[in-house]
Amino acid sequence: MSYLSPSTPEIQRPVGNIFIVLSVLIALFLNALPWEGWWLALRPDFVALVMLYWCTHTPLRVGIGLSWAAGMLADVADASLFGQHALAYTLLAFGGVVLHRRLQMFDLRQQTTQVLGIFALTYGVYALVHWQVNGYVMWAYLLGCLTSTLLWAPLSIMFQAMRRARVERE
Amino acid sequence: MSNAQTFQFFNRGPSPAARLVFFVVLSLLLMFVDARYRYLESARSTLSMLVTPIQQLATMPGKLWHQAGEFFVTQGGLVEENHGLRQQHGRDAALLSQLQSLQQENQHLRNLLTLPQRSEFSAQSVEILYAERDIFKRKLLIGKGENASIKLGQVVMDDMGIVGQITRVYPWMSEVTLITEKDHAVPVQVVRNGLRTIVFGAGDTSQLSLRYMPVSSDIQNGDVLVTSGIDGVYPPGIPVAKVVKIERDAAYPFARISCLPLAGVDRNRQLLILSDLPPLPVQPAEELPPGTGKDAKTGGNG
Repeated sequence: MSYLSPSTPEIQRPVGNIFIVLSVLIALFLNALPWEGWWLALRPDFVALVMLYWCTHTPLRVGIGLSWAAGMLADVADASLFGQHALAYTLLAFGGVVLHRRLQMFDLRQQTTQVLGIFALTYGVYALVHWQVNGYVMWAYLLGCLTSTLLWAPLSIMFQAMRRARVERE
Repeated sequence: MSNAQTFQFFNRGPSPAARLVFFVVLSLLLMFVDARYRYLESARSTLSMLVTPIQQLATMPGKLWHQAGEFFVTQGGLVEENHGLRQQHGRDAALLSQLQSLQQENQHLRNLLTLPQRSEFSAQSVEILYAERDIFKRKLLIGKGENASIKLGQVVMDDMGIVGQITRVYPWMSEVTLITEKDHAVPVQVVRNGLRTIVFGAGDTSQLSLRYMPVSSDIQNGDVLVTSGIDGVYPPGIPVAKVVKIERDAAYPFARISCLPLAGVDRNRQLLILSDLPPLPVQPAEELPPGTGKDAKTGGNG
């Protein structure tokens, strides 16, 4: 269970730009899979997850601007109002950048509680925009916030393992 | 290490708070412009060229699964289906010959009454790329766009009835707003007695409702609603919905009527897009009483 311990300096090794870009593209791909019905309600926002990971682990390279750009792509992919995801991801990235040092001190369990707050903010933005546009709030949609949070730990472990593997290969 | 990072961090351009404010304002501005003025369609279609390949890749496994399923149909199933289709074809052919004679008769009668002719429309078939991504919305994206000269406002239907209308056109795909989208309205007519009304989407894929129908109105369970064609968007006579539940409560001025869409709004992969619909004759402006023409507004901006 070494992954549950606070992150070691080894994890701070640089990651390639290609790795970051690929992870965002794969997240867009996962979001675009044909989810339907309840699965759609439960769908974690993979792009938000990946952006939050990079914002907290490499805040110098991936920050608010790139998250905003990813949000624009997500807006086009979802055919939603232009700027809806962009706004949500901007807040998400801000949360990630501001909290990144605290998150790095925490173990995965503590990180998850912090991340829940950030995702709640993100999904709150979706709900708010939807409420402004359509006049009612769909609470089922907030389920995605919980599933996204639950995926935080597996995603962190996976990315750490992949980054470590790269470092060892080099 | 983290000290060095902090130092570097604050040396790199504006602070996170400044960036936050900048991008939040930018996003809000974009949202406002997009919602109110729809100026950003070209930017959207440019960006869609980046996203479309990813989306097509994502829907590929499902498509392959379908195709593989189709490939491994059993001989028995095929024979049975063939038999069924043959029977259906026989029945349809009989009906069709009747239809032709009726059409001629109708044309003749319309000529006698000097009414304008019902014009024909052509249809092209499209395949659904994927269904609504956003659970808030009831939209479909289909695999044809400007490249197949799809235009805004064209009617989308399947073999059973109306599915929706085109509300956004990209270079290679277009977006269909379903009739079940909340507050989307279709002017309809009851087949049984010709009663004209408007059917609204309820925001659920399997529900439509008739609003503002007096408690005493002549509507029964099982009544079929077809488009009335007075809106200039939907051609007349296409099935839309079937009445399934009527609640008449004398305490309220209006009856509560729920309908089921006849088309497989959330079932089919293949859809038809109607084109070359005749434009409505231009109404004389000065004789237009205030409030007329509201029916033609069918909730295009969802």
